[in-house]
Amino acid sequence: MGRNGVLLLIAAAIVVLPLVVTGNAEFGGSDGQAQGVIDEAGYQPWFEPLWEPPSGEIESLLFSLQAALGAGLLGYYVGLRRGRSEARGEKRDRQRDEVHAGD
Amino acid sequence: MHIMEGYLPPIHALAWTVAAAPFVVAGVRRIGRIVEDHPETKLLLATSGAFAFVLSALKIPSVTGSCSHPTGVGLGAVLFGPNVMAVLGSIVLLFQALLLAHGGITTLGANAFSMAIVGPWVAWGVWRLTSGFGRSVGVFLAAALGNLATYCVTSVQLALAFPDPATGFGGALVKFLSIFAVTQVPLAIVEGILTVVVVNLLAQYSRDELSALAFLRGAK
Repeated sequence: MGRNGVLLLIAAAIVVLPLVVTGNAEFGGSDGQAQGVIDEAGYQPWFEPLWEPPSGEIESLLFSLQAALGAGLLGYYVGLRRGRSEARGEKRDRQRDEVHAGD
Repeated sequence: MHIMEGYLPPIHALAWTVAAAPFVVAGVRRIGRIVEDHPETKLLLATSGAFAFVLSALKIPSVTGSCSHPTGVGLGAVLFGPNVMAVLGSIVLLFQALLLAHGGITTLGANAFSMAIVGPWVAWGVWRLTSGFGRSVGVFLAAALGNLATYCVTSVQLALAFPDPATGFGGALVKFLSIFAVTQVPLAIVEGILTVVVVNLLAQYSRDELSALAFLRGAK
């Protein structure tokens, strides 16, 4: 496995570890916790979101869409550059072979 | 780090928006110059934005038993300098405010200040200081500390707006940091690792763009 493979495994382990060691936790969002602290102090928000996803399903749809759009572009970019640099490497090899063919 | 819609008093919301605006304007001009001088790096610029798009969508569990998300702004800050991320990060925050009711329009300035301005500036500063220790060490520290800095700024913003009745700003800061900062540590490490992985790929396949950008950094 390459260096990046090892790094990705470590990242995955760090993400999974809390699920294993703190099995009973709620895993709510920290943003929501901060909101809760402010609510407890009796604060009334003075502005409402213009639009809210009508359900948890729609919200997860939009979050998935956000991740998919980003990951799609990221994959397109890396694939494009990798293809280009490999094509360049092949061209170099061919030119070298041609030079040696003339020896 | 998202302060929810309406959760900053109007005067705070306005102040953070005013504070953030010049950085966004500078970022727009900087992007214009990069696109003009080095059009070959345009796609990499978009990819830096895409990285922030992915990472800020991922809610990741932490050892504290709650979830938070990385920011993804360190990559673009290291490659293009901090100002471009003021724009790209704000676009991410605007998307989330309008479509996900995550963050908000009234808190966009404050959220942009933490995630799209302080985070990238810390990442860029750390990168400048530590890149001498090796590319991966510098990138890892830059992305991880930029991520942590974002959440510390959010804690400061909330503590300023909601000081504790008994212990004041300091007490409130400890309270908000205890929610955000500890949760964020493993996520900052994950963001550092993922950013190193992407930079490794760039170093392998995008040498031309990276050398154009090294020139950009030198010319700044």
